[in-house]
Amino acid sequence: MERYFQEEIECASEETIREMQNKKLVEQVKHVWDNVPYYRKKMEEKGVTPDDIKSVDDLHKLPFLSKYDLRDSYPYGLLGVPKKDVVRIHSTSGTTGKRVVAYYTQGDLDLWEECCARAIVAAGGSNEDVVQVSYGYGLFTGGMGLHGGSQKVGCMTVPASSGNTERQIMFIRDLNATIICCTPSYAAYLGESMREMGLTPDDIPLKAGIFGAEAWSEEMRRDIQNTLGIKAYDIYGLTELSGPGVAFECCEQNGMHINEDHFIAEIIDPDTEEVLPDGTQGELVFTAIDKKAFPMLRYRTRDICTLTRGKCSCGRTFVKMAKPKGRTDDMLIIRGVNVFPSQIETVLLEHGYQANYQIIVGRENNTDTLDVHVEMTPEMFTDDIKEINKRQADLVKGMLSMLGIKAKVTLVAPKSITRSEGKAVRVIDNRKI
Amino acid sequence: MSVKQISIFLENKTGRLDEMTDVLSKNNINMRAVSLAETDGFGIVRIIVDDPYGATTVLKDAGYINKLTSVVIVEVPNVPGGLNKVLKVFTEAGINLEYIYALSAGKEPQKAYMIFRVSDHKTAEAALTRAGIRVLTQDDIVEL
Repeated sequence: MERYFQEEIECASEETIREMQNKKLVEQVKHVWDNVPYYRKKMEEKGVTPDDIKSVDDLHKLPFLSKYDLRDSYPYGLLGVPKKDVVRIHSTSGTTGKRVVAYYTQGDLDLWEECCARAIVAAGGSNEDVVQVSYGYGLFTGGMGLHGGSQKVGCMTVPASSGNTERQIMFIRDLNATIICCTPSYAAYLGESMREMGLTPDDIPLKAGIFGAEAWSEEMRRDIQNTLGIKAYDIYGLTELSGPGVAFECCEQNGMHINEDHFIAEIIDPDTEEVLPDGTQGELVFTAIDKKAFPMLRYRTRDICTLTRGKCSCGRTFVKMAKPKGRTDDMLIIRGVNVFPSQIETVLLEHGYQANYQIIVGRENNTDTLDVHVEMTPEMFTDDIKEINKRQADLVKGMLSMLGIKAKVTLVAPKSITRSEGKAVRVIDNRKI
Repeated sequence: MSVKQISIFLENKTGRLDEMTDVLSKNNINMRAVSLAETDGFGIVRIIVDDPYGATTVLKDAGYINKLTSVVIVEVPNVPGGLNKVLKVFTEAGINLEYIYALSAGKEPQKAYMIFRVSDHKTAEAALTRAGIRVLTQDDIVEL
């Protein structure tokens, strides 16, 4: 039977949620108008005042925030409360430019941890479980977010943080950890390491995993589920919106329920910025309606996905977002064709390779080059060079049919591509245009 | 009767063979034969050692992907036409060769040893034995 952390909210009627959102949104817009001059100026430029926002139906009138606004307002420009009310910060890795620093009041932390707690319970967690949190602790939101959520559920929480794989496996076995939280690529790496140690899924007590902070494919999910012998659940979030837990997967494993009592989701056309109806693919935009220290209104996530409404078989009413197809800024345009790293990952897994790869984009004679480095695996290695070359050619063919452009495939040594204990560097773009 | 050869995957980059053989050296493993097949991006190093199972474990622990494959090693008189005589046996038996390489010299200078990766092991060994050519076993390697 499905269990919930906060059934009265997670399974509330759409009308109840809508009323809650209307009330919180009106308050939040007033809060931002009064306390965040940066956003107030944006509203004024658009000719909008808090009086214009009476319900969620008026949301479209508000200006967007993007990562450029975060950069321009760094470090304190979007802070919504006096510094004395801030109890913690987190920060992004800053791989795509300037770091984002997000602020939290105690209330903000509580609601974030509740979101994570919902995800853990949806993955089958209760106070009987031992949860190993193998996300990095520190500035990264993954570790402390799931840690707080796990404690809220009452689980015995193991703050393993990332790295030291052998110790991770030792804790899982010795402490009987039943749920693990980490990035999907680290989960895959743990699986590989366990296999190398001669361990089978029966040797480890894990039953579920909550994996996020990176895009991952259904093939990768199958892979992780098989090597670790668990059910693998997706979790979604951004530092800008608190961290993991903005949305989480239930037993259906086919999309993530957005915590709509805290976040209003919209899908827009990334070019025209026009709001699109549910079910249409577009860029995901979030409005955080009760976070006070870092109150994001209409924040453009750059994630491309769709929203699906309707009661889920798990009993939850929260709208579901599909696994993001990729980020608009993960998307590469190579020889005029849109390429998402997740597409390349799918081809690799379909052909028996692991999701350990790096995409290197370059430019020669005014033409883009696409080189995919793939780690050799014991399963794919043979003494027969002709056979390896054939498999390599099959891979090139698979990528051509998936992407529509030809890629060069280079086989590299195992573990030569840096593993993510935070996030994987999947793309190196050497083009200088 | 076949001998196990270790095939190791290496990237085609400066220093990779050096690093790999360094692992063997530190573990006091002597290579009796080595051959390198290279392609565009990667290479396969094939080696013959006294204790192939021990060596694969050492290599695996050091992170090298490797596989054991069977090869035929034969004793060849170290004179003109020595190898040709063996090859004629293969031709007559309809055996296809994938690749060949040589073993480092043993104690007897008048003898050479050649390593063959063949299409059909059993037929190859039977034909060689019939022709009076000595086929080496794993134990023979240690004794050379």
